[in-house]
Amino acid sequence: MLDDFLIRALLSGLAVAVAAGPLGCFVVWRRMAYFGDATAHAAILGVALALGFQISIFIGTSMVALMMAMIVSALAGRGWAMDTTLGVLAHSALALGLVAVSFLPNVRVDLTAYLFGDILAVSRFDLGVIACGAALVTALMAWRWRALLTATLNEDLAHASGIDPARERMVLTVALAIVVAVALKVIGALLIAAMLIIPAAAARNMARSPEAMALLAIAIGMVAVWGGLQMSLRLDTPSGPSIVTVAAAVFAACLAGAALAAAAQKRLGR
Amino acid sequence: MTSPHPLIEAQGLAVAYRGRQVLGGVDFAIDRGEIVTVVGPNGSGKSTLLRALLGVVTPSAGRVRRARGLRIGYVPQRLHIDAALPLPVRRFLSLPVRQSPARIATALAQVGVPDIAGQDMATLSGGQFQRALLARALLSDPDILMLDEPTQGLDQPGVAAFYKLIEEVRQTLDCAVLLVSHDLHVVMSAADRVICLNGHICCQGAPKVVARAPEYRALFGMGTGGALALYQHEHDHSHDENCDRDHPAPVEEIDQEKASTR
Repeated sequence: MLDDFLIRALLSGLAVAVAAGPLGCFVVWRRMAYFGDATAHAAILGVALALGFQISIFIGTSMVALMMAMIVSALAGRGWAMDTTLGVLAHSALALGLVAVSFLPNVRVDLTAYLFGDILAVSRFDLGVIACGAALVTALMAWRWRALLTATLNEDLAHASGIDPARERMVLTVALAIVVAVALKVIGALLIAAMLIIPAAAARNMARSPEAMALLAIAIGMVAVWGGLQMSLRLDTPSGPSIVTVAAAVFAACLAGAALAAAAQKRLGR
Repeated sequence: MTSPHPLIEAQGLAVAYRGRQVLGGVDFAIDRGEIVTVVGPNGSGKSTLLRALLGVVTPSAGRVRRARGLRIGYVPQRLHIDAALPLPVRRFLSLPVRQSPARIATALAQVGVPDIAGQDMATLSGGQFQRALLARALLSDPDILMLDEPTQGLDQPGVAAFYKLIEEVRQTLDCAVLLVSHDLHVVMSAADRVICLNGHICCQGAPKVVARAPEYRALFGMGTGGALALYQHEHDHSHDENCDRDHPAPVEEIDQEKASTR
């Protein structure tokens, strides 16, 4: 079954959707959208280093993404103006990565695959790594869920309940780095952050509780992966942008649905 | 005063943010069952003291000792819940420890808002929100309740009702209560001690219960049922030239100000 490249593509995409759903909710709740961008863009630098030193792309990207996430996290802790800092870091990392790749001798790298994803080229080995990474992140989220949620609400409140907010921040940082590394092949560095934010944002209007929002985000992510894969296959479009396009369409539909429901409720209320 | 085994004790506590000392030389202890009110003007270090006692900020000097296994019920000054986070009250009360529906119902009834379990936190009024925060703090079976300006935004009857509620809770749970207030002169009448803070402890003492006095009526009107009391500041020291702290105005002046505006 895994010999079929379509099945591998679908499974890898679904695995990313499962990990990105709950993590994306925290990215939205904690207003870390740009943080996700910076980490994802740093992945290109990781690709360059991995190719240069001939180590695994997964290891290279997760290491650089983790470093970037930790730098951003440390700067945030010191009260830097995050908007500007993240803007500088995100784009510098991307630019530096692109320049570094161009320096690589004897390697003709197809950068589009890393920038926009290449889900149809996922190998069995890739699939294994993606599945393991996604399982790790999902388990981490499930294990720390209540502590993460409490720390997200209010750090002092978390402290009073015996939860160390700095540790929970670190959990999210590590989870983000892992998701970036495993989603690189599926979504591509430019749009990984979109895969975190859009399903969670689409789930918001329908969800009545944090858990429902996370599960809905997973479901929406899965729909986007399936739809995007079909689109990529039939129209020969790049996989990452296709998946994100479908996610955006689902988001718009959810928004319209919520507006209609609110209008109907208003009419009934009268 | 306090027993040899206080719940929380601070000795020579000092806290500095970015090199600027906001709190210095604070000796403090609180026992089980005690109600202590900390008053002080804005920026006097009240919240910092609370955060240092909680263990959120590390003292730059001195030390804080908490009793072993101390359970703290903390009610923060402000709790901003992002609009992107759907959070029903019953879910909020189950953070970070899952609570049974029965316990949640009991806690909400105890704080006088029995019907809000299914509502989203974002839809609550200011008073309901404060009570939901208090209910969450109660669910941890606290040894001590720490409340940071819990009555902010409530009107005077609301403040009086909230103070009465705290007093009831203290009696039911036999916990200590440490309450921070920015109102320098009107405090909870049930407070055993009032500490006036302004970078250091300026003075402390018992509040003056004057519920029957005509001045009290003039100040508070009827209907607050003796939940409020006055605190008489006795600043017996002068600040040297290096200190930028002012003492709050003596209570007599404020009395007259308030009385004359009525």
